[in-house]
Amino acid sequence: MQLYLKYLKIHFTSQMAYRTSFILLSLGQFFVPFLVFVSMFYMFQRFDTIQGWSFYEVALCYSIVHAGFAISECFARGFDSFSRLVRTGEFDRVLVRPRGTVVQVLGSKFEFTRVGRMFQALIVMVIAFSNLGDRFAYYHYLFIGLMILSSVIIFTGIYILGATMCFWTVQALEVINLFSDGGREMSQYPLSIYKKFIRVFFTYVIPFGMVNYYPLMMVLGKIDYKLVYVFMPIFGLLFILPCLLIWSFGVKRYKSTGS
Amino acid sequence: MKAYYAYFKLSLLKNLQYKTAALAGMATQLFFGMVFIMIFEAFYSLSGPQPIGFDQLVQVVWLQQAFLSFIMLWQRDSELNDMIVKGQIAYELVRPNKLFPFWYFKLLGQRLAGGLLRFFPIIAIAIFLPEPYTLKGPESWMTLVWSLVSLTLGLLVIVGISMLIYISIFYTLSPMGSFLLVGVFGEFFAGLTIPIPLMPQWLQTLCFILPFRYGGDLPFRIYAGHIKGSDIVIGLAMQVTWLLLIWLGGSWWMNKSLKRVVVQGG
Repeated sequence: MQLYLKYLKIHFTSQMAYRTSFILLSLGQFFVPFLVFVSMFYMFQRFDTIQGWSFYEVALCYSIVHAGFAISECFARGFDSFSRLVRTGEFDRVLVRPRGTVVQVLGSKFEFTRVGRMFQALIVMVIAFSNLGDRFAYYHYLFIGLMILSSVIIFTGIYILGATMCFWTVQALEVINLFSDGGREMSQYPLSIYKKFIRVFFTYVIPFGMVNYYPLMMVLGKIDYKLVYVFMPIFGLLFILPCLLIWSFGVKRYKSTGS
Repeated sequence: MKAYYAYFKLSLLKNLQYKTAALAGMATQLFFGMVFIMIFEAFYSLSGPQPIGFDQLVQVVWLQQAFLSFIMLWQRDSELNDMIVKGQIAYELVRPNKLFPFWYFKLLGQRLAGGLLRFFPIIAIAIFLPEPYTLKGPESWMTLVWSLVSLTLGLLVIVGISMLIYISIFYTLSPMGSFLLVGVFGEFFAGLTIPIPLMPQWLQTLCFILPFRYGGDLPFRIYAGHIKGSDIVIGLAMQVTWLLLIWLGGSWWMNKSLKRVVVQGG
């Protein structure tokens, strides 16, 4: 943990050295999802609701998964850009150090410009709360915090899976974007609007549904309280375990590219 | 002219090799297409008539996904980028060709290759999807012809816009920022995040003036039968106007910025 914080500090100082570039990129990172949100707003201007979900309810759904995505892109970027370490042979150096591989790869890169994205998610969340807030008690906010944490973990798990594939393919595979970017786009709307194969896949294989759709149904009073929904974000957290297992398997059979 | 054609061919053939990348991209685009259509389906299921029918929207979504490499602006060529930032541009400048058309045809080849690799399989799969997700044939042969003409012109406009982004790197030296901002706003004004007919009126007018929709919107709505008759002619005229503007303005701007290029040895 101490090591991780140290990595964090070094990267932060180094990225702050280019301040203008940092500010411009953060601004850009703010606008990327913001215009998606604007589009969503105009869709609701035309259509009012989507399968019984109002604009503010969907905005909450959206902000949870976007916050999770932004945070994971900032702090787990090392896995997302892992192919570089394999291709250049830098991973060999990671292996000879007397520390765990996960923390070192995590620490190999941070993307602080994602603060723009986080800010965007925060704004949307505040907009949603301003309208839905009177339905919530303090424990609801805590619960929503847990959902965000859970979605951070799921995105991180996806990056780890993508990085593990690099052990075999050397090149980064674009397919993994299908789950990270695709998962984000898909789960910004309630899962119920999709066909069954998508619903099943994103509930049981990659559990995006567990971090926003099902728990939100309960929080927003669309279904009655059930203990299983309270535990759902925690199931989401468990997604990381098989990912780490596959990762350690991949590390064991890693062959250096020799360059 | 022959040299430009050769460069174009070279770039086209080179980029046709990236078949695995195309395959991965295809899977992503099929998935995104499905997701977008399901979102629209859910919106439309409980609403009255809208300015564009759900059926027509399905056509537009599939064509946008199939021809994504013709219309997206955030696609970046690292070679050109390095030339500007790292100074290899010096080699380009000693060639006896004009740089603007030279790079233009290189980018054109790249986009054409990306499009040719991807569009056919996506369309082939989309045709066989069950209702209401299926991509239908055009209403008439003329619709098809017009949409193809407009697709070609649109591709030329979009390549022109990318050229302008590259020229802007001469000033900013930071490619990320230019691509990110133009890419994001361009995508919005091309109707890729929300279909243009569903926007409020003032935004539609803005889209009509800006060049972005002439790549990612016009050809596909012509195909879907949503833009008809004299509107097609107006659209094509706008495309030609933008194309001329970008070519003339871009060549002028490039010459101007080349004068201030400093290659720092090394």
